[in-house]
Amino acid sequence: MCLAVPAKITRLEDSGQGTVDYMGSEVKANFSLVPQARLGDWVIIHAGFAISLLDEGEARETLQLFKEMGAASRR
Amino acid sequence: MKELRDPKAIRRLLGDIGEKARLLPRPPRIMEVCGTHTMALFRHGLTPLLAEAGVEMVSGPGCPVCITPAGIHEAAISLVTEKEGLTLATFGDMTRVPTRKGSLQTAVPAPGSRLKIVYSPEEALEEARREPSRQVVFFGAGFETTIPAIAFTAKRAAAEGLGNFSVLPALWLIPPALRAILEAGEIAVSGFLYPGHVSAIIGAEPYEFVARDHGLPGAIAGFEPGDILLAVRSVLEQAAAGTPRVALEYSRAMRAGGNPVARALMEEVFEPFDAAWRGLGTIPASGLRFRERFAGFDATPKFGLARPGSAGRDLPGCRCGDVLRGVIRPEGCRLFGTKCLPDSPLGPCMVSYEGACLIHFKYGRTRRSSP
Amino acid sequence: MKKVSLELGSGGRLMRDFIAGTILPSFGNPVLDELSDASHLPGGIAFTTDSYVVDPLFFPGGDIGRLAVNGTVNDLVVAGAEPKFLSLAFILEEGLDLNVLGRVIRSIRAAARTANVRIVTGDTKVVRRGQGDKIYINTAGIGRSIARPRVRKIRPGDKVILTGTLGDHSLAVMLARGDFGLSSSVRSDCAPLLFLLPLWKKGALWMRDVTRGGLATVLCELAERLRYPILVEEDKVPLSRPVLAASELLGIDPFYMACEGKAVVIAPKAQVGEFLRLIRNHPLGRKAAVIGEVQDRVGKPGELLLQTATGGLRLLEPLTSELLPRIC
Repeated sequence: MCLAVPAKITRLEDSGQGTVDYMGSEVKANFSLVPQARLGDWVIIHAGFAISLLDEGEARETLQLFKEMGAASRR
Repeated sequence: MKELRDPKAIRRLLGDIGEKARLLPRPPRIMEVCGTHTMALFRHGLTPLLAEAGVEMVSGPGCPVCITPAGIHEAAISLVTEKEGLTLATFGDMTRVPTRKGSLQTAVPAPGSRLKIVYSPEEALEEARREPSRQVVFFGAGFETTIPAIAFTAKRAAAEGLGNFSVLPALWLIPPALRAILEAGEIAVSGFLYPGHVSAIIGAEPYEFVARDHGLPGAIAGFEPGDILLAVRSVLEQAAAGTPRVALEYSRAMRAGGNPVARALMEEVFEPFDAAWRGLGTIPASGLRFRERFAGFDATPKFGLARPGSAGRDLPGCRCGDVLRGVIRPEGCRLFGTKCLPDSPLGPCMVSYEGACLIHFKYGRTRRSSP
Repeated sequence: MKKVSLELGSGGRLMRDFIAGTILPSFGNPVLDELSDASHLPGGIAFTTDSYVVDPLFFPGGDIGRLAVNGTVNDLVVAGAEPKFLSLAFILEEGLDLNVLGRVIRSIRAAARTANVRIVTGDTKVVRRGQGDKIYINTAGIGRSIARPRVRKIRPGDKVILTGTLGDHSLAVMLARGDFGLSSSVRSDCAPLLFLLPLWKKGALWMRDVTRGGLATVLCELAERLRYPILVEEDKVPLSRPVLAASELLGIDPFYMACEGKAVVIAPKAQVGEFLRLIRNHPLGRKAAVIGEVQDRVGKPGELLLQTATGGLRLLEPLTSELLPRIC
């Protein structure tokens, strides 16, 4: 019940409607659940609604962690 | 997010997990309560890898298809097969469940009626706007991740006076279900993976009773393989240290306080009630129904459907309830693999793509992990 | 099941059961029983037929007319025959705009020219408004037999080549319906696979175009006939970015999404390099890749296994019901 993806806001209207870019595809999205979102922010999209903002700092840390784990030599 | 699927990183985490699992007095059994976790574990082949590392993964009641009573599925089918000129809009997940009236997917619509598969409830609203003379019913099934979106859609319909739009609700709450299965006392798990996107809405607090009152560790988990393994590792660390809590292992996508705007919307449109879950019985305050103010958008009274809470009858011998509670593994049901098969499912756990029984059946036929 | 449901035509289990339970017992003969894409007949002729029903009629990268030519052409190619002639039958709905019909006919003409086939016979019927969905097309194809698939010669070590990216057609049609609020640059891959014909004389063992039911269904059907399991490596399977995005967003598995211009080719171990070069030489085969092999290290006979990108292993099964977007 949790299928959702991170995507970047490419259009954000006052009405709360807009679009996100997800891996090069444009997806219609409703931002009413994340009124603090701004154009260019990353959000989590579920069933056409942004349900949360992505914390880019945390995302970078996680990616960095996995990059390091991926590069480390096998024990 | 490819890094979270990197095989070397995954192997490294599995190694950590194996070491920590060995430190525990008993082989750990971790329950996830989210169909998307069940699917992610299956799709990436993680369950056998975790089993090799000494961790058994168990699926709890996180599959909206599985726990929605047959009566509600049948109500949806009756709408599209008996009412004319009606559109039943639904998520794809709900369409395969076989009932005594067949499934939504094989149902032959009444004249002028149709089934419309949607990705978002907004698509159903758009159709209602475009075709004012058509009845458009949205089969609103889901947990807290989806409920705010459904609430928003209903509220919008109300604001626009769209009298031809309504929602057939099948709305379920995770924490009460967790509470019920823990209080039933039959479960034997070492800890939980909490659903990352449900948590994006409700935050971490609703799970705290699990650690505080039952002493069980848990971690809020994302859905990439790396996310899941990080969370499993956290659960094992907590178990080894004897410090159960609700770990946040998905901080990039959720905040400890959840999404207050989304929750406020849910509370404005819906109110909790004691809902009947298929296989689990009635659980206090575990379902949501429309508040009086929005009753005009509830398809149940509008079309004279059976009241929510009618659980429908499952086939004799079906033990999906026990499977959903984590009391037995699918193999513990006599019908599993004998009369109940993917091609001829008898209960929801064998029907749903993320049903525990279907997935176990597929795994049971897989050999050992990678060459 | 007492009435025909949409499921019956979806290429999944219900359709397979219908063929096995109703069609074969009614008509069964050694040629039909093989259920190949095209049947080889005495006299060196191969024969096939297919009907085309698609909504919408026009979509990025193709239309019903182009599908009707290439689909039948490809059935002949992957069965080991050089396509030569097509029949063309229309069932038209009363009220269809003649301009639309004209566009479809021009598209058929262009596709036939590209595929080097001639339309030599045909028919047109019209049904009342509301009793047909604009245009239905049936094409039957005749080709010159040049080889036969040799399933029994397939051995461990023989490789599975996929000629390009999965699911583009399926997604292009889905999005052209205006569904799901998703838009992308995806185009149907509808195209003739004639460039695979030379592989037959070079020793290709088996081919199938990856249509309804997708890669998993096609390879499962092969696996069921083999003495050895097939192992596919997830990270070797080419996927276009739009399909990858749609699959993650909507929860649709690309292994089950239809193509209309892609094939799997089983290449003998010794010739994989040569086959891959030949295929990649052609514009339609640039993204071709070895995605797996017939092997006897893991799994049981009859199984199609997937080594996941993260290093796990799971079973792939045939499509049982229509692919639908999920929230779970």
